[in-house]
Amino acid sequence: MSSYGVLAEFRDAEGLLAAARRARAAGHRRVEAYSPYPVEGLAEAVGFRRNWVPAIVFVAGLLGGLGGYFMQWYSAVLSYPINSGGKPLHSWPEFIPVTFEMTILAGAVVGFLGMLLLNGLPRLYHPVFNVPEFDLASRNRFFLCLRDVAPEDARRFLGTLGPLAIWEVPR
Amino acid sequence: MPSLTRRDFLKLSAASAALAAAGCSAPREPIVPYAAQPEATLPGVPRFYASAASFVGAAEGVLIESNTGRPTKVEGNLAHPGSLGATSVHGQASVLELWDPERSQAPRRRRLPAARDSFERELNDALARAEARHGAGVRILAPTVCSPALQSQMAGLASRLPEARVHRWDPLNRDHAHEGARLAFGRQLEPVYRLEESRALLSLDCRFMEDEPGRLSYIRQFAGARTPKRETMNRLYVLESAPSLGGAMADHRYAMPVAAIERWLLKLAADPSQDRVMRAIWDDLRKNQGLVLAGESLAPWAHALVHKLNRALDAPVSLVEPIDPRPETHARSIAELARAMHAGEVELLLILEGNPAYDVPAGLGFAQALARVPLSVHLSLYEDETSALCTWHLPATHYLEHWSDARAFEGTAAIVQPLIAPLYGGISPHELLSLLLRRPQRGYDVVRAHWRGIDWEGALRAGVVADTAFRAERPALRDFDLPQAADAPAWSVRFVADQSVLAGRFSNNAWLQELPRSDSKITWDNAALVSSDSARELGVQTGDMLELATQAGAVSAPAYVIPGHADRTVVLALGYGRTRAGSVGNRVGVDAGRLRGSGALWTAPLAGVRKTAGRHEFATTQDHARMEGRDHAKHIALADLVGKARAFADETPEHSLYPAWPYDSYRWAMSVSLNTCVGCNACTIACQAENNIPTVGKEEVARGREMHWIRVDRYFEAGRALFMPVPCMHCENAPCEYVCPVGAPVHDSEGLNLQVYNRCVGTRFCSQNCPYKVRRFNFLEYSRSEEPLKAQKNPEVTVRMRGVMEKCTYCVQRITRARIEADRENRRIRDGEVVTACQAACPAGAIVFGDLSDGNSRVSEAKRSPLRYELLAELNTRPRTSYEGRVLNPNPELA
Amino acid sequence: MSDVAAPLRRWSYASVGDKIADIVLTRPARWPWLAGFAASFAGTLALFGAIAWLFIKGVGIFGINIPVAWGFAIANFVWWIGIGHAGTFISAILLLLRQKWRTSINRFAEAMTLFAAGIAGLFPILHLGRPWFFYWLAPYPNVMELWPQWRSALVWDIFAISTYLIVSLLFWYAGLIPDLATLRDRATSRVKQLLYGLFALGWRGEARHWARHESAYLLLAGLATPLVVSVHSVVSLDFAICIVPGYHSTIFPPYFVAGALFSGFAMVLTLAIPMRHFFGLEDFITLRHLENSAKVLLACGWVVAYGYFIETFTAWYSGDPYEIAMAQDRLTGFYAPAYWFLLACNVLVPQLFWWRRARRSVWLLFAISIVVNLGMWTERAVIVIQSMHRDFMPSSWGLFIPTVWDWTILLGSIAFFAFLFLLFLRFLPAISISEMRELVHEEKAQ
Repeated sequence: MSSYGVLAEFRDAEGLLAAARRARAAGHRRVEAYSPYPVEGLAEAVGFRRNWVPAIVFVAGLLGGLGGYFMQWYSAVLSYPINSGGKPLHSWPEFIPVTFEMTILAGAVVGFLGMLLLNGLPRLYHPVFNVPEFDLASRNRFFLCLRDVAPEDARRFLGTLGPLAIWEVPR
Repeated sequence: MPSLTRRDFLKLSAASAALAAAGCSAPREPIVPYAAQPEATLPGVPRFYASAASFVGAAEGVLIESNTGRPTKVEGNLAHPGSLGATSVHGQASVLELWDPERSQAPRRRRLPAARDSFERELNDALARAEARHGAGVRILAPTVCSPALQSQMAGLASRLPEARVHRWDPLNRDHAHEGARLAFGRQLEPVYRLEESRALLSLDCRFMEDEPGRLSYIRQFAGARTPKRETMNRLYVLESAPSLGGAMADHRYAMPVAAIERWLLKLAADPSQDRVMRAIWDDLRKNQGLVLAGESLAPWAHALVHKLNRALDAPVSLVEPIDPRPETHARSIAELARAMHAGEVELLLILEGNPAYDVPAGLGFAQALARVPLSVHLSLYEDETSALCTWHLPATHYLEHWSDARAFEGTAAIVQPLIAPLYGGISPHELLSLLLRRPQRGYDVVRAHWRGIDWEGALRAGVVADTAFRAERPALRDFDLPQAADAPAWSVRFVADQSVLAGRFSNNAWLQELPRSDSKITWDNAALVSSDSARELGVQTGDMLELATQAGAVSAPAYVIPGHADRTVVLALGYGRTRAGSVGNRVGVDAGRLRGSGALWTAPLAGVRKTAGRHEFATTQDHARMEGRDHAKHIALADLVGKARAFADETPEHSLYPAWPYDSYRWAMSVSLNTCVGCNACTIACQAENNIPTVGKEEVARGREMHWIRVDRYFEAGRALFMPVPCMHCENAPCEYVCPVGAPVHDSEGLNLQVYNRCVGTRFCSQNCPYKVRRFNFLEYSRSEEPLKAQKNPEVTVRMRGVMEKCTYCVQRITRARIEADRENRRIRDGEVVTACQAACPAGAIVFGDLSDGNSRVSEAKRSPLRYELLAELNTRPRTSYEGRVLNPNPELA
Repeated sequence: MSDVAAPLRRWSYASVGDKIADIVLTRPARWPWLAGFAASFAGTLALFGAIAWLFIKGVGIFGINIPVAWGFAIANFVWWIGIGHAGTFISAILLLLRQKWRTSINRFAEAMTLFAAGIAGLFPILHLGRPWFFYWLAPYPNVMELWPQWRSALVWDIFAISTYLIVSLLFWYAGLIPDLATLRDRATSRVKQLLYGLFALGWRGEARHWARHESAYLLLAGLATPLVVSVHSVVSLDFAICIVPGYHSTIFPPYFVAGALFSGFAMVLTLAIPMRHFFGLEDFITLRHLENSAKVLLACGWVVAYGYFIETFTAWYSGDPYEIAMAQDRLTGFYAPAYWFLLACNVLVPQLFWWRRARRSVWLLFAISIVVNLGMWTERAVIVIQSMHRDFMPSSWGLFIPTVWDWTILLGSIAFFAFLFLLFLRFLPAISISEMRELVHEEKAQ
């Protein structure tokens, strides 16, 4: 049974951040860091580069708005052209509210789902949960996981970062 | 509803269909449709039959719409002088009377169901005894008899039972008019006014638009003479003791009690020059073919005096024989009958319709006297107060179920033909009388025999019997004594026929009960109408209780303050406070009859009037009577109109953000003339009948949920009442449409503002945004109706369920019918081919409907009138319904 | 800034999380919660009973009529949706403005938003004549090829409110995910572990996840900000696109949004003050929070007062007789007592907040927050009802008199809201744990 990686526990965010940076500096490429709250700079420290979420939201919002307007234009002008209060079929000023709401709706829904998808969530089982002490990651402890080297090397390296404890994460 | 499977449902509907089919069978004898119509009955194509109905002592010609054998709607008969194509509110409501589930359905002896055979046996036994006495002890009581055939049957009684006597009691009798003629001419005569020939009318408490036998004709003639041209427009002076339609239309109106009107008349007859107003009026009458109309409230001598004045003016009034001439007055006739009953002289009393136990003046003790009659028989549509006290009650046939005949106010006879076999096996008065004559006959044979030698089929087809009008007579005037001017009582009460229920005949008619009375807009009630000053004097407000006492009795009635009304005169309508009218009419209002003595049928001094404890809630359809400076019902004086291209500024904005929507087909439109509308409500009830509009009941009206699609607004402004019928405006830029989330109100290509009931979810946004507030909402399940009322429904109009908005459709079903007809003949719809229900009913001809794309159509013509204006034009709604403002024609000398 | 979080110096990441999580996980229900729960549950039953009667009989059980075809249902709708707005304002707009003090109140304010908006969303349906066809307002494929009528503000409403509900839910849920993970890891019972675990979606606090989560959260806040402004603007258009005086007004969108914040912040105070008291959260929801809310109330009160003034002024200045008559009727007519009452509640009473002592007196704040809630409901009712009862045609003027069903459904909706809120307090962390930890962290760093 191969292991998923090696996990080191730290007391605070600063310790984790420093450790993560050193791990990257040491040439480790597959590093994961876990914290009970977002720690500024941590993601970059473990090698996170491109955040696609804003782009997804922008494109989705744009398409939502265009789609919303098209739906109204199509139904009011082509599919179901009725005289309503003597107003033109293409009463564009009155199509704006729905267009706007569709922009927001599409942006928000796709943004949220995109965030989950990019994060690989939902994923109820994950190997790190096999480490019993990992439940503190959602309380007051900070964890670093090295995944690209053999467990013995990882243990050795992590030991130099001053962790509270080190575990091997079974797969 | 308990769970109903589809199978159960099908079974039930099959059963009810069978029931309906069984209920609606054709009359046995051949009936003839109106004018030229297909001979065969086509499902889905309504047919029309001419007939006649009598409500105020004279016939009004009607055309009855029949859908596969079900009479569903009443229209006027253009050829009939008592209709001239128009209908009264009562004519419209009479079809509901036919289908009323609470009509009496079986003979009853002492209130218990009994067989007709046993009635006939009992009658024959009594007759056998009576014949031995030559008919002594046999009495017949009837209200005004408009049927010549019935009159001759009654006359035939004299040969068989010479001692039998026939009495009359009609709570709305014309004793004073007839006695007045007797004073002036020595015999009973009926004045028939030719209003269109007069340019100056003086009405002395004459309710000629609602109570006189010629009412529909009079409205049409009056309206016809209101064309706003200086040479032809008439002028109306009204002196009145109770608010009336004529008073609202008057150019000069003076509200005063009956005694004051009589005094005024005495002075006028003596020397008109002694008073400025009187002189001006008299001059006008003399110069402009003046005509004086006397109301039934005036004493007989006043009627005689008016005959004298009219003779002096050479007024356009014809004197004809009354429809139901009698040697004695109704008051005397009923008093004699009551006396004979009390004295035990009456063995057999036959009451042919009417409800004397309820409406005979209390002092005569008629109800108590009935107990002393060994065999009393009451023939009536309902098992009412009188039925309960009689030995026998027999269900009468409705006029839509039996053969008869009737005379119009000027004598023209019409055959009453049935549209349907009697729903409940009723008996017609003709048939009952034939039993009395011991020669049982069918009503058809009686009537047919009476009208031997005429073109029977032609008379049925046209709705009139040709050349039967009475000949106008010109009898010599006699001298008669005038009374000394008596002191007027401090307070008096004035009784009037109720605009809706008359004297109680229509108490159980929900359409009429819910029809707002023109003056007060009250529904489901009568009220003690008092003027503002009188109310202040009595310390009452609308809804406070007033205790009223006359010599005859006392009642407690809720006060209703009405502006411009005669001071110290309390008006109380007859026909309320019924106890056995039915579930609709029971316990509605107070019984004015308890104040009515036999010597004071129309007005009586009040022995006491005071505020008492308690409050009463009225249900009115219009809570606010002032216009608040808004000028919705526009009017202009004739003098100011002359030479103007437009009487009222066009306030339609010149610019619009969006271009006008193009219409390239018919452009339906309506024009309503406030100048001729007299506010009679015929449009409202005709619309109700045509469009399956439900009634909602008093509580719902009080909540502001009445359903009438066309309402008649009434404003009190500058001392006068202004009427304004308001249907949907069918705005081209309809504010109701663009706010509906589901597009239930939409415009069609001909400019109709449609309401798609199926699509409506009931947001009520459209009503919120309708500046005219013409939309009506089914807040609850109003449209549920029991059998056989369902049979009245117009099959061409959807019945709306709860939660759905509805409103005037311009009678789209009638447009569609005309379109189908036109398409079949491959032509356009002709002008006048589509007549909306309100337009058809209107006696004044105030409503014109048609196609604007045809420049020669009558509606286009109406829209070119200088009086034209649009309601709330400044909102840029571009209504298709427009108005013609009212023209007032005041006497410059009275300015 | 610092004094908001100052009491937090006593707390650590662990203890802060434990304190908040304990309310949900271990603390037994005490009598105030139980009493509140019982009362609100009874009220909820009354609400659903009334709704059942409504569906059986029809909207005629309300006091509505012609001319006043909209009544309490619409007033309730506008009021509730307005209350919702404060939650979004606090969590989204204050987040964008980096107002850290919002942290301890945003979670329950968002819950308030969700419940209020959800309840608000019920009313347009309850108000329909044929509520079972409410879905006809939405575009959906159908054989008749029928579509909604896009020019109607009610269709805009459907889009605005459903968007608002969905976005608020996503925003709230996005913020909840890490806290749900905390609860999952702290829960001792298997059921709770499973349930919280399921809704935590397997969150494990990975750094990249946090990064995407943060940006998504911020973007949601960015989207929610114009959205919240648009929602009440659209709601105001239900009235403003009408041609009826009292409805037809260009000032309505900003005036309604300000009114929404006003009533929303009042409701935040109404909820926060008992909550911090009964659950001992005084260190998290400090006096400073309450004081800030009071200042917001004061400011919104002035915007709303400006709205009242300008409405009346415009009516006079327009010279339009219908507008003038409407304004006069508002000041002196049948419903004038309601109008003066709302002026007293919304303009006069909040002026107490000029005094620092008033802003810091917890129970006075609580009382005033309720007064403002009452005042704002009255304002909505006056706009909806009074404007309509006397419009263009004097012949059609009438009165709306509420029935017992109107009151039952209004009070029942408040009970239902309390019911949902009490459940929320017991089952979800009322304060964002992860954001509180960040705050503790920053506080310790100083």
